[in-house]
Amino acid sequence: MPDLVLKGKAIKLGDNISTDDIIPGRFAHLRSNLPELAKHVLEDAMPEFASRVKPGDFLVAGKNLGLGSSREHAPVVIKMSGVGAILAKSAARIFFRNAINQGLPVLLCDTDKISDGDELEINLTGGMIANLTSGVTLNCSKMPPIMSAILKEGGLIPYIQKHKDFKL
Amino acid sequence: MGKTLAEKILSLKSHGEAKAGDVVIADVDLAFVQDTTGPLTIRQFKESGFEALSKPQQTIIFLDHAAPSPARQLSNDHILLRRFAEETGCRIYEVGDGICHQLVAEKFANPGDIIVGADSHTVTAGALGAFATGMGSSDVAVALALGKTWFRVPENFLIELNGVFPQGVYAKDLILHLIGQIGADGANYKALEFGGEALARMTMSERLTIANMAVEAGAKVGLFPGDEITQDFLVEHGRGDKYKPLYPDTEANYEQVILVNLSQLEPMLSLPHAVDDVCPVTGVKGVKIQQAFIGTCTNGRLEDLAVAAGIIKGKKRHPGTRLLVAPASRQVLIRAIEKGYIQSLIEAGAIILPPGCTACLGLHQGVLGDGEVCLSTANRNFKGRMGNPEAMIYLASPATAAASAIMGEITDPREMM
Repeated sequence: MPDLVLKGKAIKLGDNISTDDIIPGRFAHLRSNLPELAKHVLEDAMPEFASRVKPGDFLVAGKNLGLGSSREHAPVVIKMSGVGAILAKSAARIFFRNAINQGLPVLLCDTDKISDGDELEINLTGGMIANLTSGVTLNCSKMPPIMSAILKEGGLIPYIQKHKDFKL
Repeated sequence: MGKTLAEKILSLKSHGEAKAGDVVIADVDLAFVQDTTGPLTIRQFKESGFEALSKPQQTIIFLDHAAPSPARQLSNDHILLRRFAEETGCRIYEVGDGICHQLVAEKFANPGDIIVGADSHTVTAGALGAFATGMGSSDVAVALALGKTWFRVPENFLIELNGVFPQGVYAKDLILHLIGQIGADGANYKALEFGGEALARMTMSERLTIANMAVEAGAKVGLFPGDEITQDFLVEHGRGDKYKPLYPDTEANYEQVILVNLSQLEPMLSLPHAVDDVCPVTGVKGVKIQQAFIGTCTNGRLEDLAVAAGIIKGKKRHPGTRLLVAPASRQVLIRAIEKGYIQSLIEAGAIILPPGCTACLGLHQGVLGDGEVCLSTANRNFKGRMGNPEAMIYLASPATAAASAIMGEITDPREMM
């Protein structure tokens, strides 16, 4: 189960970051070697991302984050990079579900109120984000209860190991 | 209150009343993976403690993305997938059989089915009236084991199509026009449902092209009704008994209705690097291209090759432009040979790639060089998509691709007809 209060720095990206941007198809031969694959996280969108990201940092994007391919390797490599949560104005459907299934929180909020490098504190239970740098507080939109339950268990696989079935 | 197609199918498969906004657990009729998402799915399936598939004969592995494999790691992934098929008794389609979405349409999808695939273009089967949607590996792993999954019932956009395509304008131009209008996230979490009097004349091949790209507007599914054209297609593919009429209720509730008069459309394309950045072909005429690519789950069908071959027959590709052609399946390739399309294409200087995804996703068989421009009939032109972030991809119809391959620059196909 992810911690209920997360603290870290924002790494800011723009709109329409596709799953091809997050982990390009040309690295498909590394998909069965996740540590090697993860070295290429966001390589085309932000080449310095892999060297810059620190454990607990937040990936903060604009609208339609994760559009495109269904590759779950996208949230997998983001999580492996140490990112504690994803914040975006909106997230593409499959990517959103995949990230939650990986136990990686995705919070939808007005990310225009967050700048690169801002210090943030996120309360997962309340769905509140405090921007400690600017002093602004942001509300997040709620996800369906089944997704909260999956996130609470740390992802879909631990959820299924525990419950053996979907519980609405 | 009437039901949309999505609400009808999800009600039936969840054994209850499914209305937009509800979360339901629904039976899955067909679940599949392909070779770049399958290995993770299998690992998650095993990690979950599952051993047996819920429905082995309704579970399919497709080796289509790296086919034939360009790297030992991908060859080893293929071995893993073949072993899983042996262990569990699921179906497997081999290297060279074709693209998963084309094979699902040819052999499996039926009106009213629920289909989940670990590939975003699973939406293609919406052309046959199947609630078909792409999911990640974890979700598909669980669907393989339980034979069901959860869905949020989507709100619907009704796309009402009227009129007739002018010469040189095709289903691809229509869906690019629509994506330009809706935007890449305009239908996020929604269902697109297609209706209107034009459907009576719209072939299954055209419907597959349109449904295939629903996801490029963010949609969960792109649904066509089950009608006479669906029935004819199913009969032709040896499963006429699977046909059932499927129409939305007249009182169905749509969040938005978008009217399109096909007669007013013109050849369209997507500019690099966004599918929704569309403009008429006339707006970028003359841009030099080093590669034209005709194929993929969007436009690699017999009808697409017929259009391309018709334009290119007796002509030659431009010396500065490579022309790659990848039939969507073995059946498409065989029929295209029988009809002489492949002969025309090869004589014009085309390279025929094996049935499969080939150059679309940047793994092999047509990776672009720095600064090169490709005009592709695929569904995505994201930066880096064809293996090189320094390259540029335009998306258009097979007719535009064929005309442009001859001229070596982006060309309005109507000039070659």
